[in-house]
Amino acid sequence: MTVSQADATVSPEGRKLLGIWETAPGIFGWLATVDHKTIGIRYLCTAFFFLIVGGLEALVMRVQLAQPELKLLSPDAYNQLFSMHGTTMMFLYALPMLSGFSNYLWPLMLGSRDMAFPRLNALSYWTFLAAGIFLYVSFPIGQAPNGGWFAYVPNTSLQYDPGINMDVFALGLVFLGISTVVGSANFIVTLLRCRAPGMSVNRLPIIVWGTFTASCANLLAVPAVSLACAMLWLDRRFGTHFFDVAGGGQPLLWQHLFWIFGHPWVYALVLPAMGIVSDALPVFCRRPLVGYTLVAISTVATMILGFGVWVHHMFATGLPVMSLSFFSAASFVIAIPSAVGVFCWIATIWTGKPQFTTPFLFFAGFVMLFVIGGVSGFMTASVALDWQLTDSYFVVAHLHYVLLGINVFPVVGGIHFWFPKMTGRMMDERLGRWTFWTMFIGFNAAFFPMHVTGLMGMPRRVYTYPAEMGVGGLNLLSTIGAFVFALGVLLFLLNIGRSLRSGPPAGDNPWDAPALEWSTSSPPPVYNFATIPQVASRHPLWEERLGETDRRSILGDRASTGMVLDRGKETIGVTPLDAEPNVVLKMPGDSLLPFLLAAGMTVLFFGLLARSGWAIGAGGLAEIVILFLWLTPRQFAESEEVALHE
Amino acid sequence: MRRLLALFGLCLLPGGCARAPLSYLDATSPIGGAIASLGWGLTGISVGVCIIVGLLLVVAIVRRRAAADTAIGPVNDRLALRWIGAGVGVSTVVLLGAAIWTLVTVHSIGEPPRNAPLTIDVVGQEWWWSVKYRAADPAREFETADQLVIPVNVPVKIELTSRDVIHSFWVPKLGGKMDMIPSRTNVTWLEADKIGDYRGQCSEFCGLQHANMAFNVRVLSQADFDVWWTRQLQPAAGSPDTDAGLNTFMVRCAACHTIRGTPAGGILGPDLSHFGSRESIAADLMPNTPENLANWIDNTQTIKPGVKMPELHMLASEVSDVTSYLENLK
Amino acid sequence: MSELGDGEVLPVGGTGPVSTAWWGMICVIATEGVLFVYLIFSYAYLGSQQPGPWPPSGPPSLKLALTNTAILIASSVLLAWGLRKFRRQRDRRQLAFALAGTIVLGAVFVTIQGFEWADKPFVFSTNAYSSAFFLLTGVHMAHVAVGLLMLLALLVWTLLGRFDRGHHEHLSLGALYWHFVDVVWLVVFTTAYLVPQFK
Repeated sequence: MTVSQADATVSPEGRKLLGIWETAPGIFGWLATVDHKTIGIRYLCTAFFFLIVGGLEALVMRVQLAQPELKLLSPDAYNQLFSMHGTTMMFLYALPMLSGFSNYLWPLMLGSRDMAFPRLNALSYWTFLAAGIFLYVSFPIGQAPNGGWFAYVPNTSLQYDPGINMDVFALGLVFLGISTVVGSANFIVTLLRCRAPGMSVNRLPIIVWGTFTASCANLLAVPAVSLACAMLWLDRRFGTHFFDVAGGGQPLLWQHLFWIFGHPWVYALVLPAMGIVSDALPVFCRRPLVGYTLVAISTVATMILGFGVWVHHMFATGLPVMSLSFFSAASFVIAIPSAVGVFCWIATIWTGKPQFTTPFLFFAGFVMLFVIGGVSGFMTASVALDWQLTDSYFVVAHLHYVLLGINVFPVVGGIHFWFPKMTGRMMDERLGRWTFWTMFIGFNAAFFPMHVTGLMGMPRRVYTYPAEMGVGGLNLLSTIGAFVFALGVLLFLLNIGRSLRSGPPAGDNPWDAPALEWSTSSPPPVYNFATIPQVASRHPLWEERLGETDRRSILGDRASTGMVLDRGKETIGVTPLDAEPNVVLKMPGDSLLPFLLAAGMTVLFFGLLARSGWAIGAGGLAEIVILFLWLTPRQFAESEEVALHE
Repeated sequence: MRRLLALFGLCLLPGGCARAPLSYLDATSPIGGAIASLGWGLTGISVGVCIIVGLLLVVAIVRRRAAADTAIGPVNDRLALRWIGAGVGVSTVVLLGAAIWTLVTVHSIGEPPRNAPLTIDVVGQEWWWSVKYRAADPAREFETADQLVIPVNVPVKIELTSRDVIHSFWVPKLGGKMDMIPSRTNVTWLEADKIGDYRGQCSEFCGLQHANMAFNVRVLSQADFDVWWTRQLQPAAGSPDTDAGLNTFMVRCAACHTIRGTPAGGILGPDLSHFGSRESIAADLMPNTPENLANWIDNTQTIKPGVKMPELHMLASEVSDVTSYLENLK
Repeated sequence: MSELGDGEVLPVGGTGPVSTAWWGMICVIATEGVLFVYLIFSYAYLGSQQPGPWPPSGPPSLKLALTNTAILIASSVLLAWGLRKFRRQRDRRQLAFALAGTIVLGAVFVTIQGFEWADKPFVFSTNAYSSAFFLLTGVHMAHVAVGLLMLLALLVWTLLGRFDRGHHEHLSLGALYWHFVDVVWLVVFTTAYLVPQFK
């Protein structure tokens, strides 16, 4: 049984809301929109574009490594490729992709009309795009970052890395950090305040738990890498001595700051994706997630513990054995909440009625890849064993299993799952199955052998290797696997393209899923809900059939006497824990300011790169003026009467 | 999958060792062996976990093959939660066991079992290894490069630092890695239980030629080692006036290289004393033969692009003189 | 038109934790605050790895720094007073005076610190200590500068009468930020000026 908002555009409330919420047409609207759904799709498309770019970089690297002592790439070209591959995937693909999902889905899942700060939302996208462009303009001029995505000093200091490569890296990451922090703040405040009445914290979708946890972590972790990058840039261009041993600087300070950021960051890259699986897999098992509370708690626990393990990236640096032992123990402990998740997913399948749709395949594949990535992590957690494993291809295997397995596979499954909601069309199931198997087989063929080459001692970050090392055959297999995986990605893109044009119509709830976003039309109207829903359980659209409670959520047509909130662009604000309505929130309309602010930042950062006083001054001044305009207080009524449901 | 496991196993057979000089799960040395046991144990646990979870997943999927019944109904998860609790409990015990085994291993390999009678300083630099043998009597100390020679069954203390960027010292069959960080001295130790050659590799990304920064550890009997040490202390014979090769060396190479017993005292490049007795050239890049050496001198930037040794564009006769001179420095 | 069945009158926008802007400012304070935690960590780590004394040139002079601390505290007090008065009496002029006074005190802080910096026996690029010291105090100074711009904007909006009819959330949030900058100074002052006196 689905509840639809069909013909919302025909109803008088719908027409009025459309007039209030619709984005202006033309170029102005394109630049000025603050609609979270548009911004979400932009994030998804841009991040996926960077995934393809990073993937192409990897394919070139794999050709060079297919056999020993090949000479297709010079060491300098290889170093730029592997550095940009890592930087692109870790910064320009992984988090923005998840931000895209969350941006699109959160207000729909939470029963709200938009994020807490719509203009800030637009700003976080434009800044992400600008920072990505900033990082990439260095490539055509052969000055791309070349010190690895981890950029260890002194190798990346001016003395050993002249040229602007690492200045682009340092400034680019600070630039991108602004997008991340701004986006994180938006998610946090949206979660705490912008939900439908009744959407209490124990009813939130797990992707919301995942993104919220990741956003809190990013708020606290990103400043570490921004500071480290600022120090690197200052050491390089202003002669400071944070890392420079000649003046008493400490190379390990870079590693501490980078990994204090880096480890929480990698959990931020996977927890929301695990949330996608926790929300979507149960739909294809025809039952709620087993152990919702356990999964929510383990999400938060993983993130908190994630702040206490960073030294496991530094096990070979000669730090005191006592401290290494502590971090090794912590790295074992962090596996426990992950185990909780795995058992809950398997239990959901075991006690459910599995439907072998394409999304289900990706989520089931994810569970297996999660476990393989998890156990290789378990092996590297052991400090003594890590003294052999670190800096070898074993770690390359581990990180790709966790990053592709726990981020990319859920992402692709998630796209198959929510594509109908976003576009109103279904994707092709047969092509979807081909996509899954090609990607799954290609991925394992590419990366499983790396466990073996790592155990055979092949170091990482090498542009070639001698034949005597005995790893040529396995490397060739990895290269072939990589190309098969790329073929899978191509099939996926074909499916998207074809489905956009001629996929069958989806209807509101093609999967018969339980969550709030499936109570809207596909695609949803720009204002999401004509009347704000009232939520009574974790699975609003399955309530009657689950029989867990007598209360019923009030959605769609039955909500026509509820909160319409059409005196301007409005949504409801609620108390953080229990979601009791306590304020009417006025939302901003289309605005060019976010785009202009990002443009001003671009001028500012290029000015810093070129060390041009004029550009820095102009950019800075523009930012001040734009912020003044942005924050100018608006006038509106002090209070408003709002209809409530019984 | 099975083929991969077979390949994997093949690499670890005794014959396979020669084909995988950097593999370490087959190590038998005191440190390498301790880590290898731990490695096999944790690998076994990992493979076991993957198999168990994989089976659970497959059974979960297959037991209700594409259920035609898609209806949503009430659920009772008390039993499922009990099983999850059991699974988490077992996992915790295994993790605890692995943690304890790890800490025991760390404790056993942290310090040499007795006072290491031999200390060697190794300084990493882009992209070679400077090696200094320490002794109680300073007159018995000497330098070499890109190789370590140690006696069998003797713990050797290694003091590590770097002259430029961070490198990492790693001889997989003899022990774990230790980073070489400028302005810090890190200490590690090695002990070999079998005579032979062991390959080492830089294992921290250090720029253009990180891939080609390797070295060789030659393990000799105590007697042979003492002979080798004494030989290393002997200065090179000959003088620039009588030896054409040495003469060319002084003109073209001495700015960067040292040969004990000659006026050549450059410190920018590896010490080349007794070069003829070394196993390899250019940080274990190729075997030390006259052809390879001549090729190296002529084509440094082609063979190892970015290396600090410039292409010298020497005459063929000069190259041949220097090559035979160096190869005769046994 | 919205139906008025069982209705409730809710505030629009809200003040304090009822608004969303307040939570946004808390996020700003959290992320900027942790930045200072990392700055102090870096300062302390560099110091812990030095063989010699830290600072190498001896403990910094307290004279100007103590004066500055007093000035910054006074500015926060003045700002808090001005806001409280405004909430009670809605007198635009008193608020403008308080804002202007806070800006002046902040500007004096910046000026005095400039002199203090110029007087140091080291520059930014002298050694690890000088780099860490100037970055720590410099990042704080940048936050003061941003705070001054914010106060200036608040002053302009006050004079334009934007806060006369309620909706002075901007004032509270601006004040919150300024107090945060003040508290950070106390921590920075303790770390960089007080602690070295006792080494």
